[in-house]
Amino acid sequence: MILTNGRIIDPANKLDSVGDVRVENGVVRAVATGAERLEAQGGERVIDCAGKVVCPGLIDIHVHFREPGHEYKEDIASGARAAAAGGFTAVACMPNTNPVLDSAGLLRDIKAKAEAARAARVYPIGALSKGMANKELAEMGDLKDAGAVAVSDDAFSVQDAEFMRRAMEYAGMLDLPVLLHCEDASLTEGGAMNEGYTATVLGIKGLPREAYEMDVARNILLSLLTGCHLHVLHVSTAREVELIRWGKAQGARVTAETAPHYWCLTDEACRNYNTDAKMNPPLRTANDCEAMVAGLADGTLDCIATDHAPHAAYEKQVEFIGAPFGIVGVETSLALGITHLVKPGRLSLTDLVRLMSTAPAKILNLPGGGGALTPGTPADITVFDPDAGWTVEPEKFLSKSHNTPFKGHELTGRAVLTIVGGEVVYTA
Amino acid sequence: MNLAGTDLLDQEGLSADAIDLILDTAASFADILRRPVKKVPTLRGKSVVTLFYENSTRTRTSFEAAGKYMSADVINISGSTSSATKGESLRDTFLTLQALTADLVVMRTPHSGACHQAAEWVDVPVVNAGDGMHEHPTQGLLDLLTLREAKGHLDGLTVAIVGDIAHSRVARSNLWGLTRMGATVRLVGPSTLLPPDADRLPVEVYTDLRAGLEGVDVVNVLRLQLERQSSARFPTAREYSRLFGVTPDTLKAAKPDVLVLHPGPMNRGLEISADVADAPHALIERQVTNGVAVRMAVLYLLLGAS
Repeated sequence: MILTNGRIIDPANKLDSVGDVRVENGVVRAVATGAERLEAQGGERVIDCAGKVVCPGLIDIHVHFREPGHEYKEDIASGARAAAAGGFTAVACMPNTNPVLDSAGLLRDIKAKAEAARAARVYPIGALSKGMANKELAEMGDLKDAGAVAVSDDAFSVQDAEFMRRAMEYAGMLDLPVLLHCEDASLTEGGAMNEGYTATVLGIKGLPREAYEMDVARNILLSLLTGCHLHVLHVSTAREVELIRWGKAQGARVTAETAPHYWCLTDEACRNYNTDAKMNPPLRTANDCEAMVAGLADGTLDCIATDHAPHAAYEKQVEFIGAPFGIVGVETSLALGITHLVKPGRLSLTDLVRLMSTAPAKILNLPGGGGALTPGTPADITVFDPDAGWTVEPEKFLSKSHNTPFKGHELTGRAVLTIVGGEVVYTA
Repeated sequence: MNLAGTDLLDQEGLSADAIDLILDTAASFADILRRPVKKVPTLRGKSVVTLFYENSTRTRTSFEAAGKYMSADVINISGSTSSATKGESLRDTFLTLQALTADLVVMRTPHSGACHQAAEWVDVPVVNAGDGMHEHPTQGLLDLLTLREAKGHLDGLTVAIVGDIAHSRVARSNLWGLTRMGATVRLVGPSTLLPPDADRLPVEVYTDLRAGLEGVDVVNVLRLQLERQSSARFPTAREYSRLFGVTPDTLKAAKPDVLVLHPGPMNRGLEISADVADAPHALIERQVTNGVAVRMAVLYLLLGAS
């Protein structure tokens, strides 16, 4: 197969020019740009990508696919197909399932289901502690052997600093990144949205930013102490960005992600008690949105992830305080990046591809590479139309769930072809 | 202006014209309450459901009386008798009430915003009888009516709202209603019971009671909701009373003809001294009577009776 005449953006190989990509036997065989072009050989499939971007497959290292336990929200197959439709060739799924992904067998089961789905690759993230109860370490060595690319207790953030220290020391020994949702729970009990003016007017107990910032600071210090690779999940406040900047300057092995809603929306989206705008960390303020963009631009924030968190409509159609946290994201992420980062000139398309492909592959050190179109490596490729305009219609999502605050938004940019291991898994 | 078929969810979104209409209508209904036979056929054939998920004597009875004085059929559902105890969602409860052909639903809920959400789920008009820490619009309206009646006007008044502002739906409804009608609002309370970013509200904020009461026309004393004080907000009731209790002594800072409101039920001796509660300048019982008139007006206007 040849993808011809596309704009090839491959930050890892410092490439941004029109050319052709040959895919053969599941791997990238050749990339040709400029005067040198590829000729189709006897019956080889040729896909015209003129006007489109051809890039290494997008990778989302923070999704919740709900299997096992909550398959009515999403399962591995539906999640992997939704991800492919969003242009993702690989995702890493969080262990907050039922049962929790804290044993090797469960991880192998996820990998088998993902392979059967023939859509985006799904890499499991193992639990950091047994049952994510923050009490006993999970068998991380076993989890790693079964395919865990990292460990995390997800939103069950570790409150005890001693336990966090030992978990980091142990994970660091195994070279497993520790993915942390940073939140001091004693400050956030009962909270449902960003603490501030809007929450005051709405009469909703707030989630103060300081609760998250102090835990980011603590965990950076523990990363310095232990040498463990700390990856800060879903950064939402300006001061968290500053703390991460400080940590990097100190030489801490810290990486960080933010999600599209943290640069696109503020807590004003919770007006009218819209439970589809309720997630944790919560939507913050315009100043924080600006800090996310600046952090992505200057490299303090290493990558973009979605925190894709599907919930059934009936679960969200309840009182705001009682509604579950989380929104879906894999089918809007690319467009939100193009619409709100690239089109306004804040980032280049190359930056966006780096943040959504090259960087996340590197953060999790994914098996088989990914994040580059290097000849000889698995052909995980995304082709997207950077100019396609569309309206978000959640009922058309491939995800089983439709809980998005972007319903009705007019966006630009859309995946048209997603290739995993040389196989087309999604065509628009 | 026609409010028929609309919801009454908050005071924040209520225009001055709408407030005037409700207060004028309520003033005329107040006359009915003075008659020997307090019954008019205005809402005959209309069904009003009161759905209360929190304990309430005053507000629920007030709505029930308002409906009955106008000949509506009033059906009372309390949290313990509702399907919520069987796990039914609020949305399903409202869809059921709508299917049972309720003409209007009055709801009291511990969940801020639940009335707004219900109003989106069903077409039947929803009246907020207090939602969590958000608003209590009929309380705000009856306070406006009581002050307008006593002072003849609302614009230019300075009103201090004293107490647990953070958890108070009465404070929120009052501040929007009063400022919309041209009054100046002060929020007075301990720093631990003021909501975040209170200074961004269209109010003046005080943590010193005497300074907050200096020269005010009205003091609205909030009930100290001891059941909502989950964490350390003040050391003891004794110290709260000493620093923030409204007494004849602290009231000296206010104007000589100061009026005192309290939404009830009172903790006598805690946020308000018995002397103040029982003095002629306290309009607390008048508030209760006006509460019925305001709720009659709201039912009348929203049900589009003529």
